[in-house]
Amino acid sequence: MTDVSTEPPVRHGLRIIVCIKQVPKAQELSVDPVTKTLKRVGVPSEINPPDQNALEMAFQLREKHGGEVLVLSMGPTAFDESLERAIAMGADRAYLVTDRALGGSDTVPTALTLSEAIHKIGAYDLILCGEETTDSSTGHVGPGIAGHLDLPQITYCSRVEVHGTMVRGTRMVEDGDEVWEGPMPAVLTVNFGCNKPRQPNLTGKIRVKRGGLVTHWSASDLGLDPAHIGLRGSPTIVAKVDTVQLPQRKGRIFQEEPAVAVSLLLEALRKDGVIPW
Amino acid sequence: MVERFDAIVVGAGPAGSAAALVLARKGFSTLLVERGRAPGVKNMFGGRIYAWPLVELLADWEKDCPVERFVTKEGIFFLTEDSCLGVTYESPRPPEGGPASFIATRSKFDAWLAKKAEEAGAMLVTGIRVDGLWREDGRVRGVTVGADDRVASELVVIAEGAAMGLVRKAGLRGDLEPREVSVGVKETIELPAETIHERFGLAEREGAAYVYAGRASLGLRGGGFLYTNKSSISLGLVVSSEDLSLRRMEVQDLQTQFRMHPAIQRLTKGGKVVEYSAHLVPELAWNMMPRLVADGVIVVGDAAGFLINNGYTFRGVDLAIASGIAAAEAAETARAAGGMSAVNLSAYDRFLRSRNVLTDLERFSRAPLYLKNTRLFDLYPRLLIEIADRVYRVDGTGKERLAEAVLEQLRAEDVPKLRLLRDLLAGARSM
Repeated sequence: MTDVSTEPPVRHGLRIIVCIKQVPKAQELSVDPVTKTLKRVGVPSEINPPDQNALEMAFQLREKHGGEVLVLSMGPTAFDESLERAIAMGADRAYLVTDRALGGSDTVPTALTLSEAIHKIGAYDLILCGEETTDSSTGHVGPGIAGHLDLPQITYCSRVEVHGTMVRGTRMVEDGDEVWEGPMPAVLTVNFGCNKPRQPNLTGKIRVKRGGLVTHWSASDLGLDPAHIGLRGSPTIVAKVDTVQLPQRKGRIFQEEPAVAVSLLLEALRKDGVIPW
Repeated sequence: MVERFDAIVVGAGPAGSAAALVLARKGFSTLLVERGRAPGVKNMFGGRIYAWPLVELLADWEKDCPVERFVTKEGIFFLTEDSCLGVTYESPRPPEGGPASFIATRSKFDAWLAKKAEEAGAMLVTGIRVDGLWREDGRVRGVTVGADDRVASELVVIAEGAAMGLVRKAGLRGDLEPREVSVGVKETIELPAETIHERFGLAEREGAAYVYAGRASLGLRGGGFLYTNKSSISLGLVVSSEDLSLRRMEVQDLQTQFRMHPAIQRLTKGGKVVEYSAHLVPELAWNMMPRLVADGVIVVGDAAGFLINNGYTFRGVDLAIASGIAAAEAAETARAAGGMSAVNLSAYDRFLRSRNVLTDLERFSRAPLYLKNTRLFDLYPRLLIEIADRVYRVDGTGKERLAEAVLEQLRAEDVPKLRLLRDLLAGARSM
């Protein structure tokens, strides 16, 4: 591991691309009991909460190092709402890849599409993503982008520091913190709840009203092969969706003195086949 | 980079939207900032608007203004515990386009007027609470939100409503005293349109505007109101916050008792309360009004204390709109004179007077003091109703003449005649 703190500071500030997704507000969601899919119609939307943490992380890095924060998403034009919110929070510009041909994409074509868009945006130092989305919880897209662009990645970061041309990410793991460093450009995914995302401010909302800060690209603008995107490009097959039925608990309480109670409990568990030995 | 406008209007109520609309028309780049997530959502007002300044603001206002009903029936009622004495005045509405008054809910009306300001070219931003004035070199340079969000402008129009936070920050007046604010509550009670037509004797588009005194406020200074919307009734109270705290009463308890009064029950029976809200109402004496201009600042609407409550009419929205128009005219005059200094903006006074805003406020300036007389809300309504009872009761025990009945009741209530006379004279003078 090299000591990055002695490296010279970045000269022209950082160019950070934050990938976000618009999701239905979690508190207002319910599952259709028949189709077992999320009822999305009429549910208000929000920026995927971990992506809000990624945005906040980007703003803090920009405050420290200068530069700009660009926001990228893929989805229907209704996603403009979230891109505009990101600008109102402080982002400099936003890009939306929107095309009917992208409908039905799983995480593979999504990561491919975003990678091509990032390629088209051009020079960048960091790509930040939320750790996962609240409406599908895969956590695939960030690492997928790193794969497509052949970039180093640090996932589940709760702290990100930049020293010269190196980035250091602190990731929370079960038994403590891991600290990883790598050269920029790099992809980092950001832990949900690691910071307090700022609210849109007046200047930001004025910039949204003045307009012209959200760019739309189609699949062909990015030169994407129709065979690689949308449903056709998605290897995921949803075979069946089912609801987990929680088993009824017996609610039996052993009130004997501890040594006796434990042996009675063990015996009962063996009898029910819960423990096989 | 700091965003810049010629004028920033704080608050998209009637005063703010009117100011923004006229400023935009006069070529000012104008930002209209509203704290609620949309104009009107914060506002409880469901009531009467006198239309005269709208005629000046938008020649075709009647085309799409969200009018619930035009007022064709006025009423003033005095309540005791179980009785009601009242006078109603019915009049067909004046010819099309003439000044009228109408009933509207502010949630719809404010959204409509803010849209007109946007159409005129003002930029509307919602969901932002401006909490400070950006001062530099002793003058106001714009507004601030929180610690590090600021937007620059030559002029800030304060249209923030009754709380007067920015007015105080601008040093235009001191803190509000409890006696200078009343608390308004309002319930919206849903009733089918046909039921409203039957109970109030109204036709389609016709509306009733009633005020209530006496038991309505349980004798506290203040009164009740009732307005008919399309298919609901707005029922509420405006009560002195000083009296509420002195008597340790909760305004929602007063409202419940008011709603349960037999005279009100007859009108609202079967209706469903679908909304409850509360709001501050400024009741400033003339000498307590804020200064209206400073360098780079002008104050309009409720924030300036532009409200007239003389006991039988309750005016706020019309004065707000008129003051918004006057402020924009003052800004135009100041621009021609070289800048938004207090001296250049002082033409505001003249434009307010040309619409009789200040003159009406001065004329009725005694009313707030007169309405502080607690006998008006307690003793006199009771007296009137007991006299009515004496006059109309025939039970074979012998009948006195009207004057005798009045004198007898005064004696019974132990009211000195001289004091009654003085209260009557004071009332006549102030109204």
